[in-house]
Amino acid sequence: MAGNRGTVQSMVSVSSAADDQSFVRFHNVQKSYDGETLVVKNLNLDIARGEFLTMLGPSGSGKTTCLMMLAGFENATHGEIRLKGQRIDNVPPHKRDIGMVFQNYALFPHMTVAENLAFPLKVRSIAKAEIAERVKKVLDMVKLGHLGNRMPAQLSGGQQQRVAVARALVFEPTLVLMDEPLGALDKNLREQMQYEIKHIHEGLGVTIVYVTHDQSEALTMSNRIAVFEDGVIQQLASPADLYERPQNAFVASFIGENNRLPGKVESLNGKDCGVRLADGSLIRALPVNVSGQGDATTLSLRPERVRINPDSGTDNTFEAKVEELIYLGDHIRTRVNVCGNDEFIIKVPNSEQNGQLAAGETVRVGWSAQDCRALDA
Amino acid sequence: MALPTYAGPLERTWYYGFRIFCGLIFFFLMAPILVIIPLSFNVQPYFTYTREMLTLDPAGFSMRWYNAFWNSTAWMNAIRNSLIVGVSATLIATVLGTLAALGLSRREMPFRGLIMGLLISPMIVPLIISAAGMFFFYSSVGLAGTFPGVILAHAALGTPFVIITVTATLVGFDHSLTRAAASLGASPATAFRKITMPLILPGVISGALFAFITSFDEIVIVLFLAGVEQRTIPREMWSGIRESISPTILAVATILVMFSIALLTTIELLRRRSERLRGMAPQ
Repeated sequence: MAGNRGTVQSMVSVSSAADDQSFVRFHNVQKSYDGETLVVKNLNLDIARGEFLTMLGPSGSGKTTCLMMLAGFENATHGEIRLKGQRIDNVPPHKRDIGMVFQNYALFPHMTVAENLAFPLKVRSIAKAEIAERVKKVLDMVKLGHLGNRMPAQLSGGQQQRVAVARALVFEPTLVLMDEPLGALDKNLREQMQYEIKHIHEGLGVTIVYVTHDQSEALTMSNRIAVFEDGVIQQLASPADLYERPQNAFVASFIGENNRLPGKVESLNGKDCGVRLADGSLIRALPVNVSGQGDATTLSLRPERVRINPDSGTDNTFEAKVEELIYLGDHIRTRVNVCGNDEFIIKVPNSEQNGQLAAGETVRVGWSAQDCRALDA
Repeated sequence: MALPTYAGPLERTWYYGFRIFCGLIFFFLMAPILVIIPLSFNVQPYFTYTREMLTLDPAGFSMRWYNAFWNSTAWMNAIRNSLIVGVSATLIATVLGTLAALGLSRREMPFRGLIMGLLISPMIVPLIISAAGMFFFYSSVGLAGTFPGVILAHAALGTPFVIITVTATLVGFDHSLTRAAASLGASPATAFRKITMPLILPGVISGALFAFITSFDEIVIVLFLAGVEQRTIPREMWSGIRESISPTILAVATILVMFSIALLTTIELLRRRSERLRGMAPQ
C-alpha cells in the first residue's frame, strides 16, 4: 500500500478552489511530537471558502492534530498553514478568529448559557446592547431561546451541544472547527444534530472543518471528505466519489462495507483487467491502482452491486453457495461462498422481485467489471 | 445507620461500644478547648472553677479578663503584629502556591514529583529544624528580628497548604476550557481571570485560610526569629504563661477559638460550593 500513497497524495494536493488564494491552505505540513515519528507526514490541503470539509480517519491517523494546528493549539514542526492567504503559524490562538466546537463541549460551568455566548463578544469589547441582541439571535438559531438563564449543567447533552455550536458562531468567525462534536450523543440525537449543523452551514455560508471517525456522519454532512490514515490523506473527494470510486484499499474498506478479493493481475488494457484469484477463477475488473501484469491486487466490490441470477451479458458470473441469511428489514444480508471466499456479502433488497433464498442453496451471482475495482494489494 | 432487627448480642455490643468509643474521642479532643471558655469569665484570678461558677451564680462571672485584654497595649500590639505577619505571609503564600500548583499541573512540566516534594517539604520537616535553619540563614542576611524575616518564614510554611488545595482543585479542572476561551478570542491573561481563576477560587481561598491559620498560631519560628517588635499573639501567650500567670490568656484563647471556628466554617462552605461547581463540570 505504501508505494501508492505518494500518487494519491499528489492527486489530492491539486486545489479544488477556483481562485489561486484558497481559504485555508496546508502546505507541506509535518508534525512530530517526539522529534522522531511523524504524526502528520507532508500534508497538502486546500479548503475553499464556504466549504464543509471533513477530516475522517481512525484514531491516531493525524486528523485531530491537523485541526489543532489550524486552531493554534499545536505547532507545525515543518511547513506552513495559511488562512485567507496570511500565514497563521505565528499567530496565537486567541488572535486567529476561528470558532471551535470541542469534543466535550467545553462550556464554562460557572456561567449561564447567555454568559457563555456573550463571552467571545465581551472580550471583543462589543457594546452591551449589541451583545444582548446577538446572543438572543444565536440562541433562537439553535432553538434554545428560552434557556439563556440556565447553567450548562442543567442542560441535556443535545442542548449543551447546541450551546457549544452557538458559542462558536456568535462572534461570526469565517472558519469554524469541530472536533468530533457529536461523539457523546446517542444515535437519534446525533443524526438530528448532523442535519442541524448542515443547515446552519448552508444558512450562514461559513467554512467548516469537521473531524470525525464516523463515516456516515462524514457522508451526510460534507462537501468533501479527506480520509486520513497514518498521517497521510489517502483520498480527498466528495462523499459520492469516495464511496463509488475509492482510490485505494484502505479507503474502500474504511468507507462503507466492501467485499475484498485478493488476486494477481493477469491481463491489463486501458479499461479493463483480468484478475486471477487464489482458487483459479478469473474476474474482469476496473484497473484503478494497478500498474502491470503480475501485480498483486485487492478487488473491492460493494455488496449492493452484486446481482442474484444476473442477466446473461453480465461481465462476471459465478456459482455461489448461500451460507447465511440475516434479515435486516429493508434488505437481507446474504453471506455466500463464491470464488473460494466464504466471507462474501450480498445485500439483497427486500422486494417482491427477489424470491426467497435459503441457506445451503446454490445460486448464480454476477457483477459488472465497472463495479469491481482493482486496488492496491 | 440503625441497628438491623436481626442483630445478635455481639453486634449490639459492637454497635453501642463503637458509638461510646467515638464519643470518648470527641470528648478527649474537645474538652481541653471547651473547659477554658467558662474559665475565661472567672471573677477570680485563678485557673480553676470557683464554687460560684459551679453553682452558676452570676457573681462568679465577669468580663474583667476581656477588659484587661482590650486595655493591654502588649496584647493589642500582639494582635496587630499577628495580623500584619499573617496577612502578608498569606498573600505571598497564596500567590506563590497558586502559581506553583498551576505549573505543576501541566503535563509538560519536567521533574514534577521532585519539585512538588521540595515545595511541600516545609510541611514535613520538623518545625524546629526549619526554624533553626532559618535563624542562622536569616541572621547572616540581616532578616532575623525583622517583619520581612518573620513574614517570609511564615510564607514558606503556608505555601504547601495552598499548593495542595489548589492542586486538588485542578485535578477536576477541564483544560479544554482554557483552549475554548482562547478560541473565543480571550488572551491568556483574560482566560485566567475569567475562566481558570473563578473555577479554582475555592481551592485558592481554602489554601489561603490554612496558610493564615498556620501563621496565626505559629510559635516556634517566632521564638527563633522575632524580636520584641514582632511579638505575635502566640508569642504573647507564651510569655503570659511563663512570666505573668493571668487569666487574660484564657480570654484571648476563647477569642481565638471563636475565630478559628469562623474560619473553618468558611472553609467548609467553600468546599461545598466547589463540589457543586465540580458536579457542573462537563464529563
